[in-house]
Amino acid sequence: MKKGAIKALFRRNVWEENQVLRQILGICSLLAVTNLVSNSLVMGGGLIFSVALSSFTISLLREYIPHRVRMIVQTLIIASWVILFDIILKAVLPDISRALGPYIGLIITNCIIMGRAEAFAQMNPPVESFFDGVFAGLGYTIVLVIIAVIREFLGFGTFFGINVNFVGFQTWTIMVMPPAAFFIIGVMIWIVNNIMARKQASGGGKRG
Amino acid sequence: MGSAPAISPLVIFLASIFSSNMVLSNFLGMCSFISVSSEYKTASGLGKAVALVMVFTTILNWLIYHYVMIPLGLDYLRYLIFIIVIAATVQIIEMVMDRYLSDLHMKLGIFLPLITVNCAILGISLFMVIRSYGFLQTLVFGLGSGLGWWLAIAALAAIREKMAGKELPRGLEGPALTFIITGLMALAFVGFSGMFVVM
Repeated sequence: MKKGAIKALFRRNVWEENQVLRQILGICSLLAVTNLVSNSLVMGGGLIFSVALSSFTISLLREYIPHRVRMIVQTLIIASWVILFDIILKAVLPDISRALGPYIGLIITNCIIMGRAEAFAQMNPPVESFFDGVFAGLGYTIVLVIIAVIREFLGFGTFFGINVNFVGFQTWTIMVMPPAAFFIIGVMIWIVNNIMARKQASGGGKRG
Repeated sequence: MGSAPAISPLVIFLASIFSSNMVLSNFLGMCSFISVSSEYKTASGLGKAVALVMVFTTILNWLIYHYVMIPLGLDYLRYLIFIIVIAATVQIIEMVMDRYLSDLHMKLGIFLPLITVNCAILGISLFMVIRSYGFLQTLVFGLGSGLGWWLAIAALAAIREKMAGKELPRGLEGPALTFIITGLMALAFVGFSGMFVVM
């Protein structure tokens, strides 16, 4: 596949059609794991792993999966990859695995993976689907890490577990709690919507 | 089993509705929570369907987990098995409802397929395993979480209905505002925390 095509995929999946900010998919895990940067990176890695390999597998098998039962077949493929990731994570990083609890298993029902399978992998060749998955996962991970950096810094005064609270400000307990996650994602979507609207207005609306 | 934590079922029931609400403090089932909450009637219908499926699937998953998967040592396949159980349960509930409760089916029918991929349903089965609940605890946990989810989505939809058509800053309409409203709701629900402690 051509380099230009990969670049276009990258642009589209990471920015223009960012799964989280533009499509509002995969929100559950996004909000739940973002109070620490390290957890978010692992979660993002898990999603990239699962979505890329699931897209690849689904694309390989796309001619053999009967159309009527494709949802369940896709779910089973996704579940198999997630189980694999869960087992690896338990062996390599048991602490983080425990901290993430059920949210690793919940990657199965992360709408991003099913969305990529439905929207891309079932009509495109395996290699393209693989990259499509990687970039979709990357777009998710970037948003995840941005939220986590904000929440961890304001909530604990740390970055990656290292104390960076040099000024000695009072940490905001609310940042560790659920409401803050909703506020931050809401504001981020608002900002991105505005940037997109402005771009469309100045660029004569040539990009959708 | 055996090592089930000694938490009174009543406490689990109330906690799963209020202080550890599935949506507002565990962030489960967000996708449909955000996208199907612009109309009160539809949202409430989805809420009921989720509550119904949740009760059935948690009970089934508990039974299968303790009487099939543990004895056979299939614990590591639980994601796969739970999701199959959920998909099958949804299908069966839909068929039974169609046959015997066709009124209800007309109302809830369209939501049922959506529920298979609602992560609250799978999440609750995973929580029940992680917290090693006993049977009665699982039953009230499923029921309470379902009711809590219903309460949250119905409340959100009611708020959004009131807000519809109001003038808003550019880009804030739709999902962005919905998240901020949800944040405020979650903040209100934080008020319940400490009343019922479960973990």
